[in-house]
Amino acid sequence: MELVLFYAFAVLAIGSALLVVSLKNTARALFLFFVVLFGMAGLFLFALADFVAITQIMVYVGGVLILMIFAFMLSNKELLADLQNTSSRFLSMPNWQSLLLTLGFLAVMIYGIIEWQQHTPNWITQNIHKGQVILPSDNNINQLGIKFMTHYLLPFEVISIFLLMALIGAAHLSRKEDKQ
Amino acid sequence: MITLTHFLVVSACLFCIGLYAVLAKRNAIMILVGIEFIINAAILNLVAFGRYDKINYGGQVFALFAIVLAAAAVAVGLAIILNVYRKYKSINPDNITDLRD
Repeated sequence: MELVLFYAFAVLAIGSALLVVSLKNTARALFLFFVVLFGMAGLFLFALADFVAITQIMVYVGGVLILMIFAFMLSNKELLADLQNTSSRFLSMPNWQSLLLTLGFLAVMIYGIIEWQQHTPNWITQNIHKGQVILPSDNNINQLGIKFMTHYLLPFEVISIFLLMALIGAAHLSRKEDKQ
Repeated sequence: MITLTHFLVVSACLFCIGLYAVLAKRNAIMILVGIEFIINAAILNLVAFGRYDKINYGGQVFALFAIVLAAAAVAVGLAIILNVYRKYKSINPDNITDLRD
């Protein structure tokens, strides 16, 4: 049952990701991007990361997707022109090359995973032996909060400042210039 | 039981789809979507490995950091795209050839 659900989420995520890159219509692709993110959140749940899954849905759907749709609507004219441009030449040369490059990269990674399977890293086998593996019955959010405030305090502060800088920078960049 | 390999294969597929979007698309917004796919594949890997690390919770903590980094990257990237569109009336990266006017 668990495996069936995992495969369902994986197929949902990968299938809609394939549709995102193959669709000509950018608006549709952006809404399918949303489906991909939901599928990925489901996959995070299978790795027992419930808080990460919820954060994924809140940050991406609440923030990133809305921003992307905004940007799409503010630059709509060019997209329509681009749409007519590309539909005439199916399998144009750049697409072909990048497809080849991507498939090659995928082959290399799958080969790497198959090779890697034979020797699991030491720390994983050790932790399985000692029983230090996250279990479905654990209280993840509690532990994460404690870790954020103790062990990972410095990265946490750095990332807060970084996020503030990025938001100020984005607001500054998208400000209207006054007419000279 | 879902092994680590399942997660690795799924994230490899998603990474390659993102790579294809970055290489082949002629629309800056879709390139940004491809970058998001790549970051999501990395987050899936972090979370899958983090399941075996109960002492430090390293995988999940850094997955959350990666989500924040992705959000910041998208905010700045879209602001830049809007500015570029205002100047060039185009968001095709092939048309944008000079850094300043």
